[in-house]
Amino acid sequence: MSKKTVSVWTSIPFWRRSAGWVTGFAAMLLIWLTFDSLGQIAMGTDEDLKNGITKRVPGPTVINYKITYEMSEKRGHEVPVIGEKEKFFGRDDWSEEEARELLHLGKLGSQAKNCMNCHTLLGNGAYYAPDLTKSWLDPAWGPNGPYLAMTNSKTKEEAMSKFLQDPSTYPTHERMMPDLGITEKEAMGLVAFLKHMSSIDTNGFPRNFGRMSTDGVTGAIHGK
Amino acid sequence: MVNNLKFESQKLAMNYFFVAAVLFGAQLLMGLIAATQFLYPSFLFEIFDFSVARMVHINALIVWLLYAMIGSVYYLLPEETGIETVGIKLAKLGFYVLTAAVTVVVLVYILVQVGPATESTIWLINEGREYIEAPRWADIGIVVVVLVFVYNLFATALKGKQTGIITVLMADVLALAGLYLAGMFFTDNISMDQYWWWWVIHLWVEATWEVFVGCLAAYGLIKMIGAKREVVEMWLWIEVSMLFGSGILGMGHHYFWIGTPEYWWEIGALFSALEPVPLVAMFVHVVYDWGKETGVNVTNGVPKEKLMTNSPAFAWFVTNAFGNFLGAGVWGFFHTLPQVNIYTHGTQFTSAHAHLAFFGAYATILIGMIYIGIQGRHGIQTMRATFDSKMAISLLSIGIMGMTVALTIAGYGQVLVERAQMGATWEAYFVSQDLVWFVQGLGWRLAMGVVTFIGFVYLIKDLLTTAKSPRHIRQGV
Repeated sequence: MSKKTVSVWTSIPFWRRSAGWVTGFAAMLLIWLTFDSLGQIAMGTDEDLKNGITKRVPGPTVINYKITYEMSEKRGHEVPVIGEKEKFFGRDDWSEEEARELLHLGKLGSQAKNCMNCHTLLGNGAYYAPDLTKSWLDPAWGPNGPYLAMTNSKTKEEAMSKFLQDPSTYPTHERMMPDLGITEKEAMGLVAFLKHMSSIDTNGFPRNFGRMSTDGVTGAIHGK
Repeated sequence: MVNNLKFESQKLAMNYFFVAAVLFGAQLLMGLIAATQFLYPSFLFEIFDFSVARMVHINALIVWLLYAMIGSVYYLLPEETGIETVGIKLAKLGFYVLTAAVTVVVLVYILVQVGPATESTIWLINEGREYIEAPRWADIGIVVVVLVFVYNLFATALKGKQTGIITVLMADVLALAGLYLAGMFFTDNISMDQYWWWWVIHLWVEATWEVFVGCLAAYGLIKMIGAKREVVEMWLWIEVSMLFGSGILGMGHHYFWIGTPEYWWEIGALFSALEPVPLVAMFVHVVYDWGKETGVNVTNGVPKEKLMTNSPAFAWFVTNAFGNFLGAGVWGFFHTLPQVNIYTHGTQFTSAHAHLAFFGAYATILIGMIYIGIQGRHGIQTMRATFDSKMAISLLSIGIMGMTVALTIAGYGQVLVERAQMGATWEAYFVSQDLVWFVQGLGWRLAMGVVTFIGFVYLIKDLLTTAKSPRHIRQGV
């Protein structure tokens, strides 16, 4: 390039400086927002749940409570609502430590069994199997759904646990889930992980969850 | 055959390119298995399940692109700096260590597949996090090998000539390597998990890798058509501003639904909507320069034809300009706004975008770099296209574009029925998967996958045999 710069728009030093400033500014903004976001998605505690403090990601003892997915007029989409106590594997007094252990086992299991390479979790993963974000709330596992009878179970958690241990023995769809050698204990952890995930405030994703079903009966998951 | 490469660094680059090509083949084979399972779910059920095929499919993709990227740097480094790569012995050792590690990881993926829900599975078998499934021991190995690579790049640049391209590469590769650390920890909090997971995935494919592509395009334009360095490097700095200016905060579009606050809607929408802008610029840059900046061959003081030292490589560079804009830009913008994304997030739409973007933005230009390597390896002055090279680029492009369109149509059906109409439940999902339009779309995807694979066979045949073609003009002839 000639020594004399004709215009700033053709000056390499100008563009190099611009690249530095723009990149630096964007990176600083991302880091600043990250600090804010990390605070907002830090897991809540048992105290929060007892005091009715809403957290974007509730504490592990949320498994002691009933979770529903309700339309919020204020926010314009559905949000998870934590309601009265509800038994989970026969108990509604899981201590913070027990619940944390169960969730830890489930989260580890979700990675060890490679769930994410068929399913999506919070919408991320593979597209070969249903999204698991709100699967705990899925009417198919509820009192009117087909899976309680299919697995000969009394509760949702029992049905899910049995299914996870022997998925390919149950007639669900031609595209079946393979047997991944999931133990009873691991299944319990995984169900706790799914229940916990359904309580996360995902800004309304998925929208209109379960608004319609083919039998026209089992659609509603709203209402306490 | 005589190896015409003078620098050890460039010879090492050829090793990287070789492994990249092998892994590319593995990626396509795994893709064919997974695509078949979509249509015939009993195919290899409980023997080699979809989750395994898909994991190897995307891991082979990431690893072959990284291999070709490292190879590209080792290839262009001596040419840009004018000296042999510092620490070349360490670099060679790194290559064999990395390749041994990759082999073990893939064998464990295929043979062991899953483990019990314990920490040891995360450390030894797989981490179960899409794209970065590599177990923790391998993570640490990768970090060590990449540190060697980054050291070599920096040491060589500081000792030799530090061009603009090398300056951008230094900053970019340092960021790229550092970001990998964000994906190396375990947390029970799935929102936290995905927050940092995206730091690796997004800041790789939508920021640092794109800038890397900008560097390769700059190098290729100078090398193949004799474009003026000051023009090319000025463009490169503009691209860096625009890519990082939009891409870093474009991260917001992954934070719409993972538990993070609503402000990411606005930030993600705005900055990711800007992400196609640099891709348009890069397209214009390559194609405009092709017409405007091409140098002229001068023989005995008489200007002859326009300069074009490597037609097949340049064809891949131009395909990159198109593919990057279409796959990353247009298909990305399709579903990046939260108003659309709330319905399309995690459907075959995403898959359509991913196929065209990874191919268009990365595979294309790296195949071009492999051609430049082959040219140097065989001491060819002017490399011309052959029948096989034309078949390769046509079939690969048609195949990928075909898969993308097929998946887009399937995704359209899925989004409307599963998400909008029925509301994303288990039943809604399977009703959408049984739609005639969905099944037809996946049928076409498999057919186009086969076309892609045939294109790959032509590519390998050409890379292995093109040196024998009488069409090329050799050095000193």
